[in-house]
Amino acid sequence: MSNHSKAKQPLSDRRKFILNMARGVGYAAIGGMVWSAYLDEAKASPLVLRPPAAIKENDFLKTCIKCGLCVEACPYDTLKLAKPGEHTPVGTPFFIPREIPCYMCEDIPCVPVCPSGALDESSVTVDGHLDINVAEMGLAVIDENSCIAFWGIQCDACYRACPILGEAITVEYSKNERTGKHAFLKPVVHADACTGCGMCEQACVTEKPAIFILPREVAMGKAGSHYIKGWDKKDEARLKDAHAIHTTTKVSKKEAVDKLNGGLEGLLDD
Amino acid sequence: MTKIWNNYRYLILRRFTQIGILILFFGANVWGWKILEGNLSTSKIFGIIPMSDPYAVLQMVAAGAVVATDLLLGVAIVTLFYFLVGGRAFCSWVCPINMVTDSANWLRRLFDIDRAQLQKQPIGRNARYWVLGLSLIVSAFMGIAAFEFISPISMLHRGIVFGIGFGWAAVLIIFLFDLFVLKNGWCGHICPLGGFYSLLGKFSFIRVHHLEENCTLCMKCKVVCPEKQVLHMIGKESIPVLSGECTNCARCIEVCDDDALRFSIRDFIQNKKTGE
Repeated sequence: MSNHSKAKQPLSDRRKFILNMARGVGYAAIGGMVWSAYLDEAKASPLVLRPPAAIKENDFLKTCIKCGLCVEACPYDTLKLAKPGEHTPVGTPFFIPREIPCYMCEDIPCVPVCPSGALDESSVTVDGHLDINVAEMGLAVIDENSCIAFWGIQCDACYRACPILGEAITVEYSKNERTGKHAFLKPVVHADACTGCGMCEQACVTEKPAIFILPREVAMGKAGSHYIKGWDKKDEARLKDAHAIHTTTKVSKKEAVDKLNGGLEGLLDD
Repeated sequence: MTKIWNNYRYLILRRFTQIGILILFFGANVWGWKILEGNLSTSKIFGIIPMSDPYAVLQMVAAGAVVATDLLLGVAIVTLFYFLVGGRAFCSWVCPINMVTDSANWLRRLFDIDRAQLQKQPIGRNARYWVLGLSLIVSAFMGIAAFEFISPISMLHRGIVFGIGFGWAAVLIIFLFDLFVLKNGWCGHICPLGGFYSLLGKFSFIRVHHLEENCTLCMKCKVVCPEKQVLHMIGKESIPVLSGECTNCARCIEVCDDDALRFSIRDFIQNKKTGE
């Protein structure tokens, strides 16, 4: 009966308003969840290489406004803005070293033009001057299984291509036991000097490069702050202000006596 | 010839600014022109004056980004400009998606799709404000500028300047949506950037003004208007179009044969008298 009369009555304005708001919130909840799920997938790009001086990937994604000024400033067309379908967060700048590496311009034209702070000039500034050698775009990693130098074939393409020759990549000599009269000339990458420019990757002679750039987050481990290199004065200095934390647990004699006097039920339960 | 100019003068000017801006951006990327560099998200005029999309920066703030001074300055310039000129002038005079949805709308009229589609429009015009609010919530929740990651507007202008990839698919979706699903669907119902500029342009100075005594009630203006709810005064009252949802596209002025619509500077004194 009551249902019947309700159906006939026109909805009051207040009810209409509340129902419409509820509908809006419902739509928004559906849309918001689908949207968030898509974004979560779309922003996951652990292997993308950013321009020099890029801030941490998480901050980069929220700070970069996708204007492309860095791309326009790059004289070698190294930098590209990600297009839809490239599986890289859309509109953000990146580079593929095997195609065009970063040529490490001394004046780093791509960085000062950034209006948003996603490329942080201060991170490539040393003593008031821009210095591309301190950039950390990525880190070269060598696959020793496919690097022909590790097979004993002479190749130093990556070593020669490296713009920080002799520092970022060095050649290590060792005896080739297989032939007994030749030497291995193995390339070794040094993370403290390597900028991740990718010139080695581009120069690599193997079909798929045996030396390639990975984001430092991906390529590097972390020993943790509790390890200190005692032989390194700088590292040892971390101990200077360190002080031991003494932790003492208060022992209550009274509680122990109470426990013993309280019978053995509690102890025998287990 | 004068008749064509008379009937399409604003449309021609709008296409001229829309395409002209894209050509300047394109030239900056490909040939190194220094007139207008960047894209519609952020740009520099003559390498000096910054301009930034205030809605994009608002999302960045919601996402928790530290916003650089350059961007804030750019936002101030763009916000002030559209605050004075009418926020949605962006939509009809700058935004490249406008050309896509205008053509969908034109085809809609040409094939009389409106009359074939009898059911009520399933989404209201206020949806854009919901999307606007939602975009800020999702930005805060996900820590990235949410709309910038899915915006077909950005995909198109960025695509034209830097290469479009699969961005054309997003543009095609908008076109088909407007043509077959919802009349003025994207620009007039969903786009949160349009919603943002509607709010921003609420108090702007340049307005379309209706002169009721000239009106013959032909309703051509309502046929071409992409936001026809703003023309509620046609044939009733001689007042300016005060809704921020008006895009100042001026199509109504051009199609009016009776000189009942024209641009005017908003008259604040008169508004005060009528209690606006």
